[in-house]
Amino acid sequence: MIRIIDLHKSFGPKDVLRGVNLTIEKGETMVVIGQSGSGKSVLIKHLIGLLKPDSGEIYIDDVEITGLDDDELMRVTRKFGLLFQGAALFDSMTVAENVRFGLERYTRLSEEEICKRAAESLALVGLNEAECLMPFELSGGMKKRVGLARAIAYRPEIMLYDEPSTGIDPIRADAINDLINKLKNDLGITSVVITHDMVSSYKIADRIAMLYGGEIIEVGTPEEIRNSSSAIIQQFIHGQAEGPIKDW
Amino acid sequence: MANLSPNALLLGAFEQLGAVGWLFFKTMKNLFRRPREHHTLLQQLEEIGVRSLPVVSLTAAFGGLVFGFQTYTGFHRYIGPGSETFAGPIITLGLAKELIPILVGLMISGRVGSSMAAEIGTMKITEQIDALHSLGANPIRYLVVPRTLAAFFMLPCLVLYGDIIGILCGYFYNVVLMGVNRVMYVQNTLMYLEIWDVATGLIKSCVFGVVIAIVGCWQGMETEGGAEGVGRATTRTVVISSISILILNFFISKLLPASLKGG
Repeated sequence: MIRIIDLHKSFGPKDVLRGVNLTIEKGETMVVIGQSGSGKSVLIKHLIGLLKPDSGEIYIDDVEITGLDDDELMRVTRKFGLLFQGAALFDSMTVAENVRFGLERYTRLSEEEICKRAAESLALVGLNEAECLMPFELSGGMKKRVGLARAIAYRPEIMLYDEPSTGIDPIRADAINDLINKLKNDLGITSVVITHDMVSSYKIADRIAMLYGGEIIEVGTPEEIRNSSSAIIQQFIHGQAEGPIKDW
Repeated sequence: MANLSPNALLLGAFEQLGAVGWLFFKTMKNLFRRPREHHTLLQQLEEIGVRSLPVVSLTAAFGGLVFGFQTYTGFHRYIGPGSETFAGPIITLGLAKELIPILVGLMISGRVGSSMAAEIGTMKITEQIDALHSLGANPIRYLVVPRTLAAFFMLPCLVLYGDIIGILCGYFYNVVLMGVNRVMYVQNTLMYLEIWDVATGLIKSCVFGVVIAIVGCWQGMETEGGAEGVGRATTRTVVISSISILILNFFISKLLPASLKGG
């Protein structure tokens, strides 16, 4: 379970997070929606310790992570898989080396098991033929899928997805949505998905949280969010330029 | 910059010094921790050592030639014909203790330090360093430790190699080109040269290696703002490490004893 309590983060004079409170249950898929620049990626980076908050607490399975030192944090971090918005593949390594990276260093799996795990992960994202390619030889969508294969190869307990459907065609995006659902159903993975793609949100979310003005203004099931009385949420989910959200 | 007060500039300088000191501390802390990145270490040993041989050869050769030329001219003009045989120890001492370590340090900071900053800077702006972290890898252990170790071990090797090339070129200019007595030249060189003179240069080069790697990695990890930021990081790396090498060279020269024979 993940608990975020009163999380604040500023960059210079800009307050990005102004007291975020959110609880994500084990095995649940929580989708965090919000405008571009609203702090969704900043929020996700706090969960994995890439950013330190100005104040507030984050509990991962009852361990408060904001005060941990590097090595303790690394141990907690290994529970996570993160799919980056831009895939963030290691560009000096092949696809297979990217996927095997964490397995070779931080598991006691044999060479044979590592190869099998990497092949399985690539097969899950439909890229089993791409093992020997370098990242510069891949399209944007393929990079994203390799990034996903790399993240799930480690069999994380918690998956964080930063804009999983951005930059790929709707069919591939839907395939990734199916994959997120499959990982949740088959492996019981807890997922936090950052997106502003409402079609994907409705398909994968157990609950949706709206981040606006540095705070979570509403959390609910897809149905509750669809029927929300909040004018801000209605403007966002219907993608309307007119409404209470002016700062676009 | 023009609007910054002296206090703000001083504070900024101390902040930067603190940041690089902290990176050095964390690198030392992670030096012997597992997993060890043998593959990256080997890659860096090759990159810093083997691939720098051509540039070190050229630098040392022309350094040795020009030093040989000036020393010969000095003895010939001010002390008189025949005294040039004493150019040998002067050239050897000057090259091994000062010139070659500095020249190699400056060349490596330009060739390797800048490339470290560019590579790590690009990894930073494309979130590859965050990806390392997300995979449970410690970026210091994976990126900084192997580079620092490789530079620490390879700089002395390059300096020793540069010493040999430079001394041979100084000999070539004096003995082969200018006809200085070969036996006297070699005899004087061996009489006055101590192993400690060469060791002084090697000790300096170990320090320069660590400085180049730490500054390159630090600037890479501090990179912000896309391609322009990477360009700034590489320039800063060369400037900061070159200046540090020149300053440190003076202090190490002052700190280390001139000779181990006493006096």
